[in-house]
Parts: sequence; C-alpha cells; structure tokens
Amino acid sequence: MIEVEDIYFKYQSGTEALKGITLKIKDGEFVAIMGQNGAGKTTLVKHFNGLLKPSAGRVLVDNIQTTKSSIASLSKTVGFVFQNPDHQLFSETVEEEIAFALKNFGFNQETIEKQITWALNLLSLTQYRKTSPFMLSGGERKRVALASVLAWDPKILVLDEPTIGQDHEQKEILRQFIVQLQTQGKTVVIVTHDVEFVAECNPRVILMREGKIVADGEGKEILTNTNVLAESSIVLPQIAQIFAQLESMRLPKNVIDIYEAKEILQRAYGRQKE
Amino acid sequence: MSRSVFDGLKFRKVDSPIHNLDPRVKFIYVLGVFVAAIMYNEIIPLLLLFLMQIPFVLLAGVQKQWFRSLRGALFLALFIFLTNILFRYIGAGYTFLPADIEFSVAVTIRFIVLVASFSVFFLTTSPDHLGLALEQSGVPYEFSFAFTTAVRFVPVLAEEATTIMDAQKARGLELEKGSFMKRIRNYVPVLIPLIVSAIRRSLELAEAMESRAWGATKKRTNLYELKLHKGDFAMLIITFVIIALEVYVRLFVPIPPLSGGLLF
Repeated sequence: MIEVEDIYFKYQSGTEALKGITLKIKDGEFVAIMGQNGAGKTTLVKHFNGLLKPSAGRVLVDNIQTTKSSIASLSKTVGFVFQNPDHQLFSETVEEEIAFALKNFGFNQETIEKQITWALNLLSLTQYRKTSPFMLSGGERKRVALASVLAWDPKILVLDEPTIGQDHEQKEILRQFIVQLQTQGKTVVIVTHDVEFVAECNPRVILMREGKIVADGEGKEILTNTNVLAESSIVLPQIAQIFAQLESMRLPKNVIDIYEAKEILQRAYGRQKE
Repeated sequence: MSRSVFDGLKFRKVDSPIHNLDPRVKFIYVLGVFVAAIMYNEIIPLLLLFLMQIPFVLLAGVQKQWFRSLRGALFLALFIFLTNILFRYIGAGYTFLPADIEFSVAVTIRFIVLVASFSVFFLTTSPDHLGLALEQSGVPYEFSFAFTTAVRFVPVLAEEATTIMDAQKARGLELEKGSFMKRIRNYVPVLIPLIVSAIRRSLELAEAMESRAWGATKKRTNLYELKLHKGDFAMLIITFVIIALEVYVRLFVPIPPLSGGLLF
C-alpha cells in the first residue's frame, strides 16, 4: 500500500513540482496517473520508491516512511520501469541485463537463473537471451527493461509511459499483461498520456495539473468529463467523443468501453426502428 | 557532486555589464588569469587572483551558480591537494616540510582559480556568442559549430546522467557502496547508457542538420556581428594591466614564503 500524505516537492532549480498531494493506493489496485507535460506525474511516482524525498509531508510504502529507507530496499517492493529503456540498458546480453538487479538485491545464483528464465518467458524474450540488448528493436528494448524489473517480482509496479513507441499489438499484450499481474494481486501504477490505452484498461484515474490532483476516480467518469479534461488538455477517448457528439439522442455519456458502446448503440438503433 | 560542476557552466540569459561584454574580450581575460595562475606557485598571488574574480561575479549577478560550481570542484581540489602533499611528503624523505605544505595549498588554490574564472566565463557567455566569436576569429565554421554544440549539450547530458542514475538506482544499484574500486565499477551501468545515448543523439543531430541543408553554402553570413564597444576596450585595458602586473611581479618582486614565520 502506498500512502501519500500532503507532500510538497521543490526541485533545486526552484520549480515547485508538487503542491500538496494526498492519495492512497491500495494493494492490487490499477492506477493511471494522467495530466499534461509538467503536471508533476513523474515527480510524484519517483516518490514511491524514494528516488525523490518530499520537501514536506510524507510517503509511506507498506507503512515504511520513504525517508527512513534506502532506495534499494524500497525498490524491492516498488519496481520502477523508466520511460526510455536506453537509460538503463548496458549489459552485453539480455540475460545479464536482467541479472543486474537480481545481483544487486543479493539473490543466490540458483534463484537468479530461475527468475531470468521466468521473466524472459513472461515477456516472450526467451529467444533473445544471449543477444545484446543494443541489437534489439525499440519495442523489444522496452520489454527487456520491463523484464529486468519484473524479474525480482516486486509487489508494486510503476510504469512510466509504457505505451510510447509500441505498436497496437504490443499495447494489447501489455494490457493483458497488466490484467494478469492484477489477478496475482499486484499493484500497478502507470503514468501515461495515452487516453485510448487508459480507456481500454479502465483503471482508477488520477488526473494531475500543476502539481495538484484535480480529479481522482473511475476511468469511466473522468475520461468522459469534458470540462475537467479540457483544462488538462486531454482529448476524450474516441468512443466518448462519439457519445458526446450524439448528445441529442439522449444516450448515457460516460461510456469508454467498446463493447458497452456497441450494446448501447444497438439498443438505441432498435428503439428508433420501432 | 559531479552535477553541480555542470550547473556552474550553464548559461542563463541576463542583462549585466559582464554578460554584455564581447566574448573575445572575456576570453582574453580568462586566458590572462590562466597564464597568471600557471606563473605562480605561491599562495599570496594565487589568493589575490581568486579574490579578483569576485567583483566580476558580483557584477554579473551569478554568485549563486558560481558558488555552486566551486562547491562541485571541491572534491577534485581535495584530491589535488592530497596527491600533492603525499608525493611531496614521500619526495622529502617522509617528512612534512612547511614549504611543501605551502606548495600543495598553492596548487590547490590554482585549480580553484581556474575553475572560478572559467565558470564566470561560461556563466556569462551564451554558446551562440561563443560560436560567433570563434567564427569571427577565423576558426572554420565546422569547428566552431562542433564546439558550441558540445558546450550546449553539457547540461543536456548532465540531466540525462541523472535520469540514468535514477533508473539504475531503481534496480538496486548503490553508487556509494563498497570499496574504492567497487565504487568506480559502480559507475559502469551509468556510463555505458550515457555514452550510447550520446552517440545516438549525435547521429540523430547530424541527420537532422543534413536534412536542413547544413553546409550547403561555402560562405556563410551571420545575422549578428560582434563589435567591440566602449566597455570592451575598458575591459581589454584592465586585462592588459593585470597581465603586465603579473609579469612584472613575477620577474622583479620576490614573494616571501608564508612559512618564514607567518604561518608556521
């Protein structure tokens, strides 16, 4: 569980990135943090594994205050996958890349081997085990980065912009993957601009603007709230746009799911014919 | 530590008498300080050289950033001091001689003087002006461009280094842990991504530039031309007076050692 209690954060350059954030993320929740560039999304999630410490207020991860723990030991609970895989890949083979964190955390050789095989399999990377990560495509590198964090099986997973540079198929795999993690009771936090992806996943959405939370709730409600989204320069998901355009038909407006949309439209169409 | 050194090289556009000086004149000044710092091995003149930078810093209003770059250089300064004193100690037959301590302090101050003056230069000179200055001094455009690009990318790389460090810390890397050798090896996971992404970035930059017809015309013209103003001539005179004074003092004035009784 992550508890954020009224935190403020100021960068050395003087920018106040967070201005009084309070939130609670329970075990097993799936949360998407959204908002325009510079809203403080990444700054906020960097507090979850102690990379940043709040200037005021406090952050508790499983009841441990982040200021009283090292980044390394927090990271064991909170796995953090950065946006750009090129910011972390450095090993000669994919296998060694994944072993890096496991060695840092002091697992024994046997466990390391086992976890590498498991993580590679999970992200369908087994064929690249002995390949250099630098030879892989952008999407594959992103998966290696993800595998290198998943390998130690953290309880909470933070993904910064996981869909950037991924084709539709990869996004779908990622979505299913997140669902799978959830069935295992993992907490997943994603930071993203990808409205369509969030619409498909329908997680809890936390919307940030200028270092503050402006909306927090069900994806379905927030992603169809035209006023709130416009202020954060986020466009409605396409399905919600259709329903907004069809206002005169008096259909429900809070629809982002494609199947739900289909059923509502079918019903409405049938109604008209009668 | 390392990041704050880069902060001291970051240019911010401000209007001050120092910022408005011609970059060539400022460079001659820095060169003058550099030569002076090399000429002297004594504490007093080096200390004076250091104090001489302060009015410029205050005039430019960059004291905060300047101080930060000095603090960043502290570690290296300490390293210079310790190696000097160690080798002097061994060289003198395992004894501390006052003159040797004095020498070690002096070379350390010399290093700080160099950092201090270069920092003022970079803090108050925009990379664009620097490139212009090089170009108008007859340096081929390819070289001046490479130089300005390098300077411009220092802060970008520094920022990237921070992100990489964060990414690796999130994978359990503890930079400050272990023996001295281990700590050096700890930086491998930071340096490799940094170098790889710098190379990638430069290739991308080259492609972007070529697609915008870089180097299409042999003879380039500039929108802005550098011209010397009154202030620049004043600064030049100050610089030459300083250089003349340095040479005169070096040649004709004996500098008393502090260890004659003042300090030790």
